[in-house]
Amino acid sequence: MNRAADTRKVVARLVLGTVLMFGFGFAMVPIYDVFCQITGLNGKISRTGEVDEQIEVVESRQVKVRFISSFNENMPWEFGPKQPVYRVNPGQMQQTAFIARNPTDKNMVAQAVPSVSPAEAAQYLHKVNCFCFDRQPLDAGAEAEMPMVFFIDPKIPEHLDSITLSYTLFDITDQVEVADGQTVLNEKRSTL
Amino acid sequence: MSTADIAADQHDDHHDHGPAKGLTRWIYTTNHKDIGSMYLWFSLAMFLVGGCMALVIRAELFQPGLQLVEPGFFNQMTTMHGLIMVFGAVMPAFVGLANWMVPMMIGAPDMALPRMNNWSFWILPFAFGMLLLTLFMDGGAPNFGWTFYAPLSTTYAPPSVTFFIFAVHMMGISSIMGAINIVATILNMRAPGMTLMKMPLFVWTWLITAYLLIAVMPVLAGVVTMMLMDIHFGTSFFDAAGGGDPVLFQHVFWFFGHPEVYIMILPAFGIVSAIIPTFARKKLFGYASMVYATASIAFLSFIVWAHHMFTVGMPLAGELFFMFTTMLIAVPTGVKVFNWVATMWRGSMTFETPMLFAIAFVILFTIGGFSGLMLAIAPVDFQYHDTYFVVAHFHYVLVPGAIFSIMAAVYYWLPKWTGHQLNEKAGKFHFWMSFIGVNVTFFPMHFIGLAGMPRRIPDYALQFADFNAIASVGAFIFGLSQLIFVWNVIQNIRSGKKAEARCWEGAEGLEWEVPSPAPYHTFSTPPQIDGAK
Repeated sequence: MNRAADTRKVVARLVLGTVLMFGFGFAMVPIYDVFCQITGLNGKISRTGEVDEQIEVVESRQVKVRFISSFNENMPWEFGPKQPVYRVNPGQMQQTAFIARNPTDKNMVAQAVPSVSPAEAAQYLHKVNCFCFDRQPLDAGAEAEMPMVFFIDPKIPEHLDSITLSYTLFDITDQVEVADGQTVLNEKRSTL
Repeated sequence: MSTADIAADQHDDHHDHGPAKGLTRWIYTTNHKDIGSMYLWFSLAMFLVGGCMALVIRAELFQPGLQLVEPGFFNQMTTMHGLIMVFGAVMPAFVGLANWMVPMMIGAPDMALPRMNNWSFWILPFAFGMLLLTLFMDGGAPNFGWTFYAPLSTTYAPPSVTFFIFAVHMMGISSIMGAINIVATILNMRAPGMTLMKMPLFVWTWLITAYLLIAVMPVLAGVVTMMLMDIHFGTSFFDAAGGGDPVLFQHVFWFFGHPEVYIMILPAFGIVSAIIPTFARKKLFGYASMVYATASIAFLSFIVWAHHMFTVGMPLAGELFFMFTTMLIAVPTGVKVFNWVATMWRGSMTFETPMLFAIAFVILFTIGGFSGLMLAIAPVDFQYHDTYFVVAHFHYVLVPGAIFSIMAAVYYWLPKWTGHQLNEKAGKFHFWMSFIGVNVTFFPMHFIGLAGMPRRIPDYALQFADFNAIASVGAFIFGLSQLIFVWNVIQNIRSGKKAEARCWEGAEGLEWEVPSPAPYHTFSTPPQIDGAK
């Protein structure tokens, strides 16, 4: 038995374990995102973009969709849904918009982060297009109508008859300057 | 293994002379006993510093209203108290005990990697020096609680958070190196005939703890690195505005944090399993079941982390999973408690100071375990969450749990370290003052917690005033009684009756085969292990 060699072997394995666990800590970030996407936890919407096939509209029931808005702290914009409540048939394409105004005297960039409640409903809400996919610049004093198009998946279970879609508006003017318009922010958006 | 192999061992060449003289002895030492002593002194210093912070907290909470400190400083005190006690007092104390005792218990001449051992210790004073210096920086020390939830610890943190992050990196490196060393020592340095299932339980629990450390300290390093990147490099791991998620922080943190709480208690189980048989004069009941119970607890600790997060909005299935796996931990823990009780059953018990601390550990740790079971019930956790009930729970498992076990260990092995018999009178006085102090401090916290007092607040509603005043009195009793401990240890080093090699009548194990005080180098030739231990 060669003690020094044995020790080296044990140490090498343990150091490898340490490095792997450090990597695992970072791997938890994408794992968490994937887990939330698959299960629809956290109210994250994973189904976005155009749909090719024809969606059948269910005429027999309606789902209430409520829009609410909130602000991250220090966010001075005025921001709210054009119409707060819609009653839509599952499968029916619906267009709506949020109205935002920048009352300050500087040009700003905002990012809206959506969340669906109950979280279970997130997987049945399909956003064809949404202003939250992109950063929203707004000049000082300007006002804009920010559109979104969505439909409810016809497979939505019976007990989900009311969905709340909340948007939180973040002031990311500083971060955009830091990242210099880099893709970091945009890439992350695709999961929302 | 023959003696020829031992001659090849790198330390054999200086087995015949004692320690170097002067300060350089401590800076350059690679001796496991010197390093163990330094760890223990360091953790004692941190215990007193963290204790003073706790007394600032309790003094402020003596009465409702703001009397002594600003709320901002109060938050810095709660944060630093937690960080220093967890990473500076409890963990280094256990590493110090491992350094001293593990080689002696398995019949090894030293740790497997003595030079790395020196390095793992000497990182610590710098890490904690840096952490403590944040108190004097602009914006003050970290004030976001020891769990440093993002974005409180990123977007809203004081500038000193960067120093906090590097301090955590350094103490993490120290712990990982210490853990690697302990695993290598236990796996490779055992005396011939010392099979794994003959090892004392303290060695077993430390082997498992070391694996836990290697598994989760890198995750802690990862999570603080993500914080660093969020703060300084424009990433958005935990920033919702950039697509990140603050709840992710809690998942990563508690994936580290839950095994961490077992890192702070498994070695305590080992200590108590050494002390109770000695003073009950019986063999430990159910040795093998103790080993398997420890391993099961370690495994379960990885799959229960979200019970710290019942209120973040988990789906029902998640709440149920984490609730039941958490409750499952009570089974192996119960096995341990019953084994300790069964060891004492019909034993010829005597109640020397180490035994008093060990018995208090069993009783008070079990109380902390029961309040943990209450917290594990997801539906009621919504009421208990972030109240003083949680504070009562984790202080019951950490103070009369981890800290009492460390004190028991110090009293138990002190004669071996210093060569002087214990001053039982001072030891018992310390025990009873601590025992009363701990319970007067933390028991009322259960009641004010159930009544709804939130944790981490400098001021509170009037109806909580009486119990808070009682708790503060208890805290000062407990805090001041630690001066008896310090006095007793220093007295024991300087003088006292000569201790025999086996200074406790019923003590078993290799460490009692060597004289007291243990010579600078022990087991340079491996001892003979008889078939039946």
